Amino acid sequence: MTQKKQLPPGFREVYNDSNCEEFFVNMGPQHPSTHGALRLVLRLDGETIIEIVPHFGYIHRGIEKQAESGTYLQFIHLSDREDYLTAIQNNLGVVLALEKGMGIGTTERGEYIRVMMAELNRIASHLVYYGCFGGDMGGQTPLIYGFKEREMIHDIFDEVTGSRLTTNFFRPGGSRFDVTDTFIPRVKAFLDHLEPTMKDYELLMSKNIIVLERNVGIGVLTREQAISFGCSGPVLRASGVPYDVRRSDPYSIYDRFDFDIPIETDGDNYARYKVRIAEIHESMKILRQCIEKFPEGPYRSKEKPVKLLPGNYYAATESAKGLYATYVVAVSGDKPYRIHTRGPSFANLAALNTMSQGHKIADLVSIMASLDPVIPEVDR
Amino acid sequence: MNSSIFIPSVTHPIGDFIRSNVPIPELAFLINAILCIIGICVVAFGAALVLVYVERKVCAHVQCRLGPMRLGFHGCIQTVADTLKLLFKEVYAPDGADKFLFYLAPMVLLTAPFLCLCMIPFDHNLQVANISVGIPLIIAVNGFGVLGILLGGWSSNNKYSLLGGLRSGAQMVSYEISLSLILLFIVMMAGSASLMDITTSQSGTILDWWIFKAPGIGIVAFIMFLISSTAEMNRAPFDIAEAEQELTGGYHTEYNGTAFAMFYLAEYINLVTTSSLATTCFLGGFLPPAIGVAAVDHALAMVPGLIWFFAKVGLMIWIYMMLRWTFVRPRVDQLMALEWKFLLPVNLLLLAAGAVFLALGWVLP
Repeated sequence: MTQKKQLPPGFREVYNDSNCEEFFVNMGPQHPSTHGALRLVLRLDGETIIEIVPHFGYIHRGIEKQAESGTYLQFIHLSDREDYLTAIQNNLGVVLALEKGMGIGTTERGEYIRVMMAELNRIASHLVYYGCFGGDMGGQTPLIYGFKEREMIHDIFDEVTGSRLTTNFFRPGGSRFDVTDTFIPRVKAFLDHLEPTMKDYELLMSKNIIVLERNVGIGVLTREQAISFGCSGPVLRASGVPYDVRRSDPYSIYDRFDFDIPIETDGDNYARYKVRIAEIHESMKILRQCIEKFPEGPYRSKEKPVKLLPGNYYAATESAKGLYATYVVAVSGDKPYRIHTRGPSFANLAALNTMSQGHKIADLVSIMASLDPVIPEVDR
Repeated sequence: MNSSIFIPSVTHPIGDFIRSNVPIPELAFLINAILCIIGICVVAFGAALVLVYVERKVCAHVQCRLGPMRLGFHGCIQTVADTLKLLFKEVYAPDGADKFLFYLAPMVLLTAPFLCLCMIPFDHNLQVANISVGIPLIIAVNGFGVLGILLGGWSSNNKYSLLGGLRSGAQMVSYEISLSLILLFIVMMAGSASLMDITTSQSGTILDWWIFKAPGIGIVAFIMFLISSTAEMNRAPFDIAEAEQELTGGYHTEYNGTAFAMFYLAEYINLVTTSSLATTCFLGGFLPPAIGVAAVDHALAMVPGLIWFFAKVGLMIWIYMMLRWTFVRPRVDQLMALEWKFLLPVNLLLLAAGAVFLALGWVLP
């Protein structure tokens, strides 16, 4: 006898198993593994997930609305606070859109500073991913290891920009400051340190039997699903789509460097892990090339008041999480009419329900870690 | 040596002293029992206090950190401060919890490791109860502990706790089987279920310990014991019942203050008990590593058995800690598969192989 049950709002999956006593668990907004204030309502059959309904907005700060009441420059530091793990790359995305509106570019040295800072930021973000991925599977040691090397990158950021996390560094036409003389030696020393360290870290996780058992074939996102959800970044590339803005639509001076776009075809947790680890190595490759060619000269083009010509401006960048795009509508003067940013975490997180159906709660946690979402960027 | 099952007897010189000086036998028995309780409590609480500190330090150094450094020399009284903080906190049950079971659970959980500790021989004459069926009793008492976790998970009125309790129930019941099989293997090898007899059966050099004495299979049994006892203790990497990242703490999510401290205490006393069991069964207990070797015999014999025992227990605990801070946690169904599809068949084979080895006389003299 099946009786018609009233499901909580948002659930629509038809699941008829007469042996099943399904129940609902509220995961978050206060939960160690939801990477911030994300609330998931889980519909469970025992420990197996039938369906997930995510509830966003617990830390909505109205960043895009705030942008409308400030000047263009005042939006740059707000973009830090979207995805705080890729603050520099967010700055870069916003600044590129503004530069399009102003019709200016930056100097040669400015471009190199941008690329180097952005790639350091990519390594930092992927190291956090490495840590959280291990941490969410119950290994506290990878968690600390990932954060340890990331701290060194933050030390470099601290020296260059004056802050560690929310850097507010780039400006239309260049950056706020020139890099210090110690910047290049420090980056070089860091790369020389990171290369052997990454070998150790991969030894800890990559071939670990428990990691393999828990991640190979878990949270599979097919190529078609990944495209239809609008996923980007490592999530998309792990599903076999060779899309990277740095390669397909090069911005800044990315077309000058020799680097690969790592692709995996399995689309599972482990493929995403491998893509991100390979990307750390590719970023190191770019940084080494930058160090060789780092030019002298002015760090920014001639300073001009930030006034955009009326029109719509769009710039897409590849942040560590995926496609970070800024759309600016300028009507008149020095204030934006509307700024919209397209963050990668929001689109990637949309695939969570599809990926985790039929898996266990423990898998949900590792799947979410493998998507690497940052909730402040989801909620804005 | 012929002790009865039911009467605990302190065979230590202190016990003899009390027995010969206190005129009333009942009173002597009472004093004996009180001394036993005090002794076990000192060992248990002392070990737990030290171990919490050691675990934090080991974990910190594995992770390139320093760990507690502020309170006392290298943070050595941090645990005392933490314990005091927990003791002074108000204990309350969540709304809708089954209050009686909720408060009963930590006590039940704490009882099991204490009882096990009573059967461990710490030295030639230092054992609370030398019971002829020591191993079966330890298995039985250990199984009692799972009740505490189940009760805690069930009575908390929290879905995470319930999931944690159920997971732990399934896990501990399963792993008890392979743990029992390995202990049976040792019982078969030693020819006795009394822990004192098992220890004395290993007297000799390091090659006479059961880990080496049964060639090949001894070390396999030891590794199997490591795996299944880690799961039995609910320790990481097999801590799926707590699973902080998934269940926010599992069965002890809703506990705080003294009740939580008891869960914590039980975890560490369990660690001591299990390590003691491993030491007794595989590493020669309180015996020095080279008896009968003329060059070092005299020097080694000067070190008290208690020191040997706790040195070996320390080694075991260190292994458990390194395991914990290296591996990630398997999933709940993988853990069950590991037990039923791998450990159980292997342990059954091990038991059969042990019997064959004994019959053919392949065990080292």
